[in-house]
Order: sequence, then C-alpha cells, then structure tokens
Amino acid sequence: MSIIEKISFDQAGLLRFITAGSVDDGKSTLIGRLLHDSKSIFEDQLTSISNTTRKRGMEGVDLSLLTDGLQAEREQGITIDVAYRYFATPKRKFIIADTPGHEQYTRNMVTGASTANLAIILIDARKGVLTQSRRHAYLASLVGIPHLVVAVNKMDLVDYAQPVFEKICQDFAAFAEKLKLRNITYIPMSALNGDMVVERGDHLSWYQGSTLMDLLESVSIEDDINRDDFRFPVQWVCRPQTKELHDFRGYMGRIESGSIRVGDNVTLLPSGLTSRIKEILVYEGAIDEASAPQSVTLTIEDHIDISRGDMLVKAGDAPQVIKAFDAMLCWLSEQPLDPGRKYLIKQSTRMVKAVISRIDYRVDVNTMDHETVNTLKMNDIAHIGLKVQAPLVCDDYERNRATGCFIVIDESSNNTVAAGMIAAAKE
Amino acid sequence: MSNHPFTHLDALESEAIHIMREVAAECANPVLLFSGGKDSIVLLRLAEKAFRPGRFPFPLMHIDTEHNFPEVIAFRDRRVKELGERLIVRSMEDSIKKGRVVLRSENQSRNAFQSVTLLDAIAEFKFDACIGGARRDEEKARAKERIFSFRDEFGQWDPKNQRPELWDIYNTRTHPGENIRVFPISNWTELDVWEYIAREKLEVPQIYFAHTRDVIRRAAGLLPVSQLVQPQAGEKIEHITVRFRTVGDMSCTCPVESDAASIDEIIAETAMTRITERGATRMDDQTSEASMELRKKEGYF
Repeated sequence: MSIIEKISFDQAGLLRFITAGSVDDGKSTLIGRLLHDSKSIFEDQLTSISNTTRKRGMEGVDLSLLTDGLQAEREQGITIDVAYRYFATPKRKFIIADTPGHEQYTRNMVTGASTANLAIILIDARKGVLTQSRRHAYLASLVGIPHLVVAVNKMDLVDYAQPVFEKICQDFAAFAEKLKLRNITYIPMSALNGDMVVERGDHLSWYQGSTLMDLLESVSIEDDINRDDFRFPVQWVCRPQTKELHDFRGYMGRIESGSIRVGDNVTLLPSGLTSRIKEILVYEGAIDEASAPQSVTLTIEDHIDISRGDMLVKAGDAPQVIKAFDAMLCWLSEQPLDPGRKYLIKQSTRMVKAVISRIDYRVDVNTMDHETVNTLKMNDIAHIGLKVQAPLVCDDYERNRATGCFIVIDESSNNTVAAGMIAAAKE
Repeated sequence: MSNHPFTHLDALESEAIHIMREVAAECANPVLLFSGGKDSIVLLRLAEKAFRPGRFPFPLMHIDTEHNFPEVIAFRDRRVKELGERLIVRSMEDSIKKGRVVLRSENQSRNAFQSVTLLDAIAEFKFDACIGGARRDEEKARAKERIFSFRDEFGQWDPKNQRPELWDIYNTRTHPGENIRVFPISNWTELDVWEYIAREKLEVPQIYFAHTRDVIRRAAGLLPVSQLVQPQAGEKIEHITVRFRTVGDMSCTCPVESDAASIDEIIAETAMTRITERGATRMDDQTSEASMELRKKEGYF
C-alpha cells in the first residue's frame, strides 16, 4: 500500500494560474519545463513532439511544441486561443491557462486570468521591463489576480548576474505600486536550463527565495475567495413533489463567497424578504455549515417565493441592488460596440437587458493613458456607465470577484461580446 | 471553513455541479450522454449530487455503435435502472439502414460515424444541450475547447471562433437548430476520475480491471480478438492479462497490459503511467496528428 499512499493526491488543493509573455520570453519553454520536470509529460506526447521537431528540420525535443494544440496553429506555428494544461505534484493539482501573446492578447489574457489564482509574468532578462510587461501587469491588476510572480527568465544569457535581476525587480516594483498590485514574488530563472523552475540549479546561488515550483505548491489561496460576505445565487429550485417530499422546496446553488450555518438569518434579494436557514443539504446528508465554493441545497423556515436569479445573503450584510452602475469593460468581439443598442448582461444567475449609457474613457494598455472614444473594438478596455432593465444584485468587483463580474451577450448573434467588472454602483 | 480541507476533488466536483445546474436552468431541452464508460459514470454521480432529492431534469442518451462490449451495455442498463431515470438509445444500425452511414466494411471502426447518429438524435428530440464526459487532458484539440462548446446547425465545432468563456458565467444561448455540448468534467484528469470513483465507491464495468483476454498486436497497440477483430496473416493470438482504460468501439479500443485488479491499483498505475489515455488505447486517434480535431469539426463529442 505504501506506493499508493505516496502518490495519493487526496489532500491536495487546486491552483489555477496563467502565464503571460510572448514566445520570445520562453513562455512555452517554461510551461514545457514545469510539465517535464514534474514528470507530467507522457511518452507518446514526447514521441509526437520529437517527430514534429524533426519534421521542421530541428534537433532534439522542442518543449514549446507541447503547448501547440490545433492543426491551424501547427501549420502557422502560432497559438490562437487559451489552452488548458494539467499537472500535479503530491502537494497540489495545477491548471495552467496558456494564453498566446499576439494581437488578440488582451482578450485571451483576460479570459485566462478570470479564473486564475496566480499569474506568472515572464520578463526576458536581456530586455528588462518592456511595454508588454507593463501591459501584462495592468491586465493582472484589472482582473484582480490575487498573486503575481515576476519570472525573470533567460538569466543564462546575462551570465546569471544578480545586478541585472535586481534592476528588473526595481523597475517592475515602481510600476506595480501605481497599479496597487500586491503579493508580488520575483524569481530569477533559466527555463531552458531548468534553473529555479523545479530544481534550483547550480548558477543562482545568490538567490535565497523559493523556486517557482515551491512557490506554486505553497502559496496560500484560502483567502482568494471573499470569506466575509455570504452570497448564494439561487441556480435551481428543487421541488420533487413526490409523496414523501410533497412540500419539499430546496434552493440549489453554489456559495460564491462567505459561509452559512443552520439557523442563520437570511435576506432574499432583490425582494428584501427575510427568513432563517432550516437545513443545509448535500448528497451525503445534512450538514451544519458550509462555505464557498461549495455547491449545496438550502431549505428555509418560511414559505416565501424564491426563484432562479434571486440571491440569499446574511441579514445585515447586503450587497447592492442596482439598476445603474459603472464598470470596467473588456470588449471581446470582432463586431464593435454599438452604443445605441440593447445588449444582454449575465451576472451571477441573472440575465437582464442593458444599455451602455456612457464610455468615459478607453485605457491604452501600453501606456495606461486615458483616451476619449465613441465605440469599443476588440481588445479595448474602457470605463463605462451601464443601465439595466431589472436590478442586479452585486458587489464591487474589487470586494468580491464572484458577484462583481458579468458578461455581455449580443442578443441577435448570441455571442459573448464583452466581459465586465463592476467598479462602482450608482443609485 | 469546515474541518475537512477542501480538496482538489471537492473543487472539481463543485464546479461540475454548478455547470449541470446552469444547463438545467437555462437550456430548454438538455440531455446527458451516458455510455457506461468511467467518465459518464462520474457524470451520473455528479447529476445525483446536483439534483437529488429531485429527479434529473434531463433524460440520458446512449449512441450505440452496436460494436460495444456486451458487459458494458449490461452495466449501462443496470445503472440506469438503479437510478430510476429515463434512457434513450439510438443505434448506428438505424443510421446505416437509413443510408445515413455508409460503411466500407462490416468490421470497420464505427467511432467516427457516431457523430451522424448523434446529430440525427439531436434533431429528432430537438436537444439544445448535450452534457458529455469529455476532458481537456485527453487530447490537444480538447485542451482548447470551452466547457460550453457551441455547435452550429450542422453540429460543427469551429475552433477559431469559440465564444469567450470568462469566470464561471456561461453563455448558454442558442438559436433553433443549434446546440451546445457541455463538458462538466473538462478540468478533470484521468487520475482525478479514478480518484473520484474510489472516493464515491462507484461501480465500473469489469473490463476496466485486469483480466485475461485474447489479443493480437497491431500497429503500436493491442487489439482484443472478437467477431470484429480476427488475426490477419502474420499475426498471432496471445492470451495475456490486460485491462481497458477507455471503453468504446470493440474494433478500435485497445487494452493495455496491466495487473491492476482493483480501483486502488488502477489509481497507482494511472499516477505512474507514462502513456496518455488516448495514446495507448485509441487506434482512431493515431491516424494523424489532427484526427480528433477533424472529427470534432464534423460533430463528434
């Protein structure tokens, strides 16, 4: 049994992270190195990529090919969309959202970042903090990624010189301060040679901090979710109407933030009606308390009308119930924003009609300058004002990612055309 | 937080339950694809967790190639009966009779043609969402697929034109005739699936466990001898201990040599294995570097 115990992942948590950087920064090589050195590359994948490496007239195994997914990409040698990779160590499971760094970068990075606990921003040690590094840092702060790693890569090409690393750290820190970015860890490394990725290597003895893998395995993500405010959007109402469960009404959903105990007083929004938690049910039976991000079924003491789209919160800790608000919007569609038009907004379990009533400014993601514009095109990020037909129950994104985010849907094409983060509610 | 730590399996489970409830609430006419294989066995448990004490708000459906392992079909029917849910079976034989599927030979692999029968069934029942057990770690085309994967009215997947998927807000909207494939266990690996089967004490068909079987070696893999697969000139039948890592069409699903006779032993073997699940077991994925991508574009799961 000892071998099974040794490889058991039962107690491991789950960390989602994103890698930001272009091919030239060695991003694919870094991911390949993480997968390879954590022994997550399978033999047939290695055979397949070494065949491809040879077909392209190169020698050895190009680890960057591991992250190439689709035929079109292989033909053109580019990556066109977010790809998800999985690996595990005995301490944790990891999901990497691998986002390519070309012209659709903003859209892809925002998509990958939206579920990430951590972002790795790659910087080429020879080039230092570039425009694109600042863009990546800005997007990480915009989407509110809780942890940031600045990976100063290609240290082998600057003779592993400590002053080079320190200069880059200073430059990045100065910029990050303006963005109010916290929890930044700087790691010097050579993904190509494997220094400070999984192994420490022999060349960076002056660096005392963790390797990238140590950090990924140990960073605390417990507080990445808002633990203070109980938010329970009702997804589905369970009414079996069988003989035994004739009057049973269970409210099914996932706790988006905070926690709840049996007997707690709750308020239903947007109606404002109140009741008390009678039971917290999971498949295995009744439990006394539950917390985010558990999926549970709640029953309450009183007969009040509750349906999908409603939210249960703790009495005295209400979110905003609003019909107009400001937001940061990232436009994702090739079809530009039509400012006069009605769009659909989906926020938690509510779908409402909305109009974008103002575009205050567009952010130049390279300089952070504000620009006046009349419409939004793909990859634009802007501060906007919105009006919605029926009230949303929400928090500011900064306080609560889960209840402060929304998507915008084009009603005629049904495409998802934008992603939004609620900045400030207005009455 | 409660006393016991929130493990990666808890996180994956809660995500999958959330996805299933979104489908139930927002799609007009969903269906869950159940084959009797391990991934769809996990889906059924997740559906129980999502909807009990209520009934499932969707029927189950199996696209039967009629080249399935008989023990898997027996398992399928037993499991559905235990759950007390409704199972729809649509067989490829019907598509062949109608001339919708034309096979070059009787024993040809039928995996690729499942798409035709699936699309016919979707049209017949007007399903707007099909919940399936595909995972992103299976294959590199899957790694780029959304959890809610939109298909046009020809059932086609356009990898370059997928809907962006942010946070866990899912866009479930379709026009009539279009549909969405939903993959609640997208983020699970083969190992996660087996660990979950162990944790939940789920029954799986016996062919997943080590047993002795007549096989022949063809290309890079082993093929089980059956009425569909007979030795060709120069091939000889071997009687060895094997198990299946996936279940599907008997003519192209390959067992692997293994002594793993229990779930724990399968977990140990999976954690240490050096070959990906599809690499070892599916002849039809090895045809070309892009074979899964091409089949998906034609409407495959």
